[in-house]
Amino acid sequence: MAVFLELLVNGISVGAVYALIALGFVVIFKATEVVNFTHASLLLAGGYVIARLHPLIGFWAALAAGIAAAALVGALVEFLILRRAHVGSRGVLAIVTIGVDILLTTELTRQIGTEVLALGDPWGDRVLHLGPVTIAETRVVALAVAAALIVAFLLAFKFTGWGVAMRATAEDAETAALMGVRLGRVSLSAWAVAGALAAVAALFLCVFPTPGLDRGTAAAAMKAFPAAILGGLDSTTGALAGGLIVGVTETLMSGYQSELAFLGRGIGDAAPFLVMIVILLLRPSGLFGTKEPARV
Amino acid sequence: MSGEAGPETGGPRIEGPRIADPEETGGLDIRGLEVRYGPVRALRGVHLSVPGGAVAAVLGANGAGKTTLLRAVSGTLRFHRGAITSGTVAFGGSRLDGVPAAAVVRRGVVQVPEGRRVFARMTVAENLRAGALGVPGRRAAAARERVFELFPVLAERAHQRAGLLSGGEQQMLAIGRALMAGPSLLLLDEPTLGLAPLMAARIADTVRQINAQGTSVLLVEQNAAMALALAERAYVLEVGEVALSGPAADLAASDEVRRRYLGVGAPETDRPVGTGPGPAPGPAPDPATDPAAEKHERTRLARWTA
Repeated sequence: MAVFLELLVNGISVGAVYALIALGFVVIFKATEVVNFTHASLLLAGGYVIARLHPLIGFWAALAAGIAAAALVGALVEFLILRRAHVGSRGVLAIVTIGVDILLTTELTRQIGTEVLALGDPWGDRVLHLGPVTIAETRVVALAVAAALIVAFLLAFKFTGWGVAMRATAEDAETAALMGVRLGRVSLSAWAVAGALAAVAALFLCVFPTPGLDRGTAAAAMKAFPAAILGGLDSTTGALAGGLIVGVTETLMSGYQSELAFLGRGIGDAAPFLVMIVILLLRPSGLFGTKEPARV
Repeated sequence: MSGEAGPETGGPRIEGPRIADPEETGGLDIRGLEVRYGPVRALRGVHLSVPGGAVAAVLGANGAGKTTLLRAVSGTLRFHRGAITSGTVAFGGSRLDGVPAAAVVRRGVVQVPEGRRVFARMTVAENLRAGALGVPGRRAAAARERVFELFPVLAERAHQRAGLLSGGEQQMLAIGRALMAGPSLLLLDEPTLGLAPLMAARIADTVRQINAQGTSVLLVEQNAAMALALAERAYVLEVGEVALSGPAADLAASDEVRRRYLGVGAPETDRPVGTGPGPAPGPAPDPATDPAAEKHERTRLARWTA
């Protein structure tokens, strides 16, 4: 039971981090209808800046710089590439983002080389004992920070002018423009916010028990894709639920791998995608994919 | 209605409100407008003006270019891969052509789109808030008061999802949302389409009220009777060109307009129903600014109303 609880708490914590990434993914999709495959490299960029700067300026300043850098990279990708790519279909734009992702990831992994970069976080490898459950402090912090950021984000989405502009644009961009919403700014801010959230996620994907940032980190970030998709690409609630489902599934499957040996090694990595496929077969628009309220 | 009443310039049975120069009154002034969607020309040589404080109506069948005309003013042609290929659109003396939609709103020109297009997943209050996004926050509260005064039902349903309102209520919300930006000129695209007659009459009353409070209105309508009753000046678009324009009262009296747009039978004229309305091919120059065109138009109207 203790093992199950430990795995569950760890899973929720990892899931909350995936939810941060998925949230950024969903925000970009809502604001621009583009499926953003650049997300993993935004995350890598944020993590890389934190890793390189923390010995020079300290962890917290490096974290701020990493968040700012990822937001800036996101904004630049939107401003320099997507805004100028006058292609007809959103599908083509998604492929453009794959191209950008490959370019950014290639350059960043070249910079990282074979190193494993520590992020210099203050929590180290300390663990907390809560009754029978032992959990890494980083996991508790990750859960708390992710929860706080998600709540702040959802409140902003619901109550600020930015959020109203974002939701109006998501629903009907032309009518939003007729209301005076500057679509360029909405799109730019969506990319910047997604970048910032990805940088925070990068931190928690690379701290204990993970050894640090390496060239495989981008692959870890890819697990947020099934999270966003199974939750419903246009739903912030779906991103949260999807993140948690993926996190918990992955952690449980990895934790019980010895009992699940007949499924082969690495089932923990594949499980999120299996869950995604099953959910999409049952609910094609994802768990929380919006259905229009309609009078009949 | 703030349009000055007075004889236009003589001519039997041709009387109507005098139309002021839009340049002087801070109105809308469209000259020689041509719009294309790729290879397709949707508007050609359109002249149209809405003086400050006036109501102008644009009539025409489906596909005549009415909605395109509004898109050209509100800067939303690019959403439909259209573009202004020649001519100018000016409001209050400054050019609107080439200006993005959000900037057009900040200059005081706001469009209520066809089919209402309320943000269905957002509440009524959030829809109204969205309408005020383009203006400074202080003005939003005052604007909301004004909207709730015009449409008390929106205050009652403030926290209901807009998608669940009735068609008429959605139209009220769409108009209210546009008013949140405090427009000097309101562009209305088919506001009574699909509404019950009573609700249509209610919307017409509201347009009158909005105008009385100082907002100019450019009204695109298929309900010609309503549009001609509201407007001081009207334009008939046919296949992308202004086929006829003049004081609304004169158009309402014209046999051709009565027969084709008001559904009123008229004595046989020299033109069969369903053909082009005027003998003069090409765009009609704006009589408000062109004395020769005014004379020409009077002649045409006189022939039709005879």
